[in-house]
Amino acid sequence: MVKFLLDEFEPAQLSNLLGQEVAIAGEGVSRALIVTPEQLIATMEALVTKLGFDYLGDLTSVDRGAEGLEVVYHLYSLTNQREIRVKAKVDAETATVPTVTTIWPGADWFEREVYDLMGISFAGHPNMTRLLLPEDFEGHPLRKSYKLQKRV
Amino acid sequence: MEIEKGIERLNDQQVEEFVQKNIILTSLDAVFNWARGRSLWPLSSGLACCAIEMMATGASRFDMARFGYEVFRPSPRQADVVIVAGTLTWKMAPAMKRVYEQMAEPKWVIAMGACACTGGPFNESYAVVPGVDKILPVDVYIPGCPPRPEALLDGMLKLKEKIQDPSKARVKHG
Amino acid sequence: MQTQTYELNMGPQHPSTHGVLRIILELDGEVVVKATPVIGYLHRGIEKICEGKTYGQTIPFTDRMDYMHSMNNNLGLCQAVEKLMGLEVPERAEYIRVIMAELSRIASHMIYAGALVNDLGGVTGFVFLIRDRERILELFNKACGARMTFNYIRIGGVQQDVPEGWVEECRRFVDDFPEMMHTYNGLIMGNEIFQARMKDIAILPPDRAVAMAASGGVLRASGVNYDVRKDDPYGIYDRFDFDVPLGTKGDNWDRFIVRMQEMEQSIRIIDQALKQMPEGPVMAKVPKVIKPPVGEVYHHVENSKGDLGYYVVSDGGMKPYRWHARRPAMVNLQLLDELCRGYKIADVVAILGTLDPVLGEVDC
Repeated sequence: MVKFLLDEFEPAQLSNLLGQEVAIAGEGVSRALIVTPEQLIATMEALVTKLGFDYLGDLTSVDRGAEGLEVVYHLYSLTNQREIRVKAKVDAETATVPTVTTIWPGADWFEREVYDLMGISFAGHPNMTRLLLPEDFEGHPLRKSYKLQKRV
Repeated sequence: MEIEKGIERLNDQQVEEFVQKNIILTSLDAVFNWARGRSLWPLSSGLACCAIEMMATGASRFDMARFGYEVFRPSPRQADVVIVAGTLTWKMAPAMKRVYEQMAEPKWVIAMGACACTGGPFNESYAVVPGVDKILPVDVYIPGCPPRPEALLDGMLKLKEKIQDPSKARVKHG
Repeated sequence: MQTQTYELNMGPQHPSTHGVLRIILELDGEVVVKATPVIGYLHRGIEKICEGKTYGQTIPFTDRMDYMHSMNNNLGLCQAVEKLMGLEVPERAEYIRVIMAELSRIASHMIYAGALVNDLGGVTGFVFLIRDRERILELFNKACGARMTFNYIRIGGVQQDVPEGWVEECRRFVDDFPEMMHTYNGLIMGNEIFQARMKDIAILPPDRAVAMAASGGVLRASGVNYDVRKDDPYGIYDRFDFDVPLGTKGDNWDRFIVRMQEMEQSIRIIDQALKQMPEGPVMAKVPKVIKPPVGEVYHHVENSKGDLGYYVVSDGGMKPYRWHARRPAMVNLQLLDELCRGYKIADVVAILGTLDPVLGEVDC
C-alpha cells in the first residue's frame, strides 16, 4: 500500500529532515506541503535524495483568484512507495517558479503545458514555448479571468 | 457490293424501336455520376474518436467494401471524398483546408460526428472550430458522438444518392 | 565529403501518426538526427470546459480523452470524486467496474497492436484484431448502449446493471480468448519481418524511463515494476491474482509484447471477477446534486497507456473549481525524440506505434 508522506512524519520532523521551514495546509486527502518558489528546488532535492521521490506523478497549476497561483506537484516514490503533494505559491503578476526539469527531465512538457494554459513561466526551462495552443494565441485559458464564449 | 437479298428494309417505326431497345442515350455527366457514386475513394483523415469508428466501418464486421468505399487513400490527390472524422481545432484547420484544396475535382465532404457538424460537446471551447462547415463546404452531416458504423454507411449512401441525382439535394429557396 | 541534414515534415495529416500528430524530422540521408513532435492539433480545452460543468457532466469528457480506454477514464474520475466525498460503492458495482475496465483495456490493446502491425504493413493482423474487438464492443453495447464513449461508470456506482445473459456472453468471450491469442501469436508475433522491425530497435534504459516519468507498457518494458493496480490498488484490485508482465531490454519488441501479455492478465482478472461477482444494488445512495466538500484530491488509475491521474479541486459548489488530468500518453510521447535518434525514418513509425499515443489524450 502506498503511504502518504504526511501520515508518516510530523510537520516539525519533516521541516528538520528537508532542512526547510515548510508549512502544511489542508486536511485528509487535501493535505499538501506548501513551499515558496525560493525554497522549491532545495525542498525537491531533499525529497529526492532523503526520501526517495524518484517519480514525478503530476505537475499542474491552480488559479486561486485573489490568493494568487499555485503550482502543484504530485510526487511518487517507486522504491519506497509513498506519495506527497507539494505546492509552490506564487502571485499572479510575477508568475515565475524555478524549473524542476533539472531534477526530473520528464517535467519538460508538464511545465510547458502549465506555461501555455496558465501563464506561469519556469525559470531555467530549456524551451519555454507554448505546447498545445498555436503560437499566436492570446491569453492563458485556464486563468479564471479568461471566460469561455456561450454555446452557439 | 450487292445488298443481301431476303432482308427486309426496316421502316421508320421499327428503326425507332430498335434504337430504343439497344442504345441508351444519356448525357456523359449522368454516366460519370453513376460511376462516381458507386466507388468513392475516401481520404483517411481521422482526427479524433470518430476515426476509430471509421476504421471499424472499414474493417471486417461492417465491411465498407460491400458498397465500394473501402479504398482509403492516405494522399488527398487520389481521394474523392474527405470524411472529417472528429473534432477540428483552429490549430488543425489550416492543414485540413489545405488537404481539401489538394484534392482533385469533383470532391465531396462528409462531416462525421457531432464535433464535425457543430463542435459537439466542445462547442464553447476556445480551441475548437464550431462545425467544419465554417471552413469546408459540407455535403453530408452525420450526427452522433461518435456515429455508429451503420450511420457512416448510411451517410455514404446518402452521398451516393446526392452524386447520382444532384437535383435531390438542391435546396429550394423562397 | 561534406553532407547536409534536411528537414522533413510528417503530419498532422498522416496515416501512421495515430491521429493528428506532427513530427518535424531532421534527417541525415535516411537516418533521424532529431525528431521534434508538435502536439496540440486536437487540444479541445477539456480542462477549462469542465470548470463550467457539474461533476456528473464532466464524466463524458473523460470518455473523449483516451477514446480507446474510455471505461477506465470514467473510473478514474468517479473514484477521485468518491474519494473526496468519502462515498462507498456497492460490491456489485465494484465488480462490474473492474470487468468493464479490463475489457476496455483489452479492446485498447487490440487497437494498439492492430494499428502497429498495420503501419508496418501487416494489414491482415489489423483485420483480425478489429474483428475480435467487435465482440467486446458488442458487450459494451449491450450493457450501456454505446460502442466507444460510454459514460457508464458514474459517481457512486454504475449507470445500470448488466442485462440478462450478459455475464454468460462475457464468459464465452473469456473462454474464446486463448484461441484468439493463438491466432495473434502465429499471425503477428510469429512473423519474421515484424520481429526484425521490432527487436533491438529504440532501447529505453530503465533509469531514463523513470526520469522521464514514463508509465504503463513503456515503463514496464524497460523492466521497472510499476503498475498502479498493484502498487496503489484502487477499487477492489487487491482481491485479484494477476501478474505484471515485465520486459527485459526496453526495445520496441518488449514494448509490444508486454501489452500482449497484459491482455492475458486482464482476462485472468475478468475470469476471477465473473466468478466472485455478488448480486445486489449497483448504485450507492448519492445526493441528486453532487457537492463534494471543500478540498482537493489526486487519484490515479492504471490506464492502457499508463498512469492516468485526476486532480480535482472543489470549492464546495456544484462545479469543480479546477479539473486536471495527468495524461500518460502525453508524458510517454516526450520520449519520441531520444528513441528515434540514430534510427532510420521507417523506424519512426514503429517507435511511435509502440509508444501508443492517443492524440485525444495527448492534447486533451
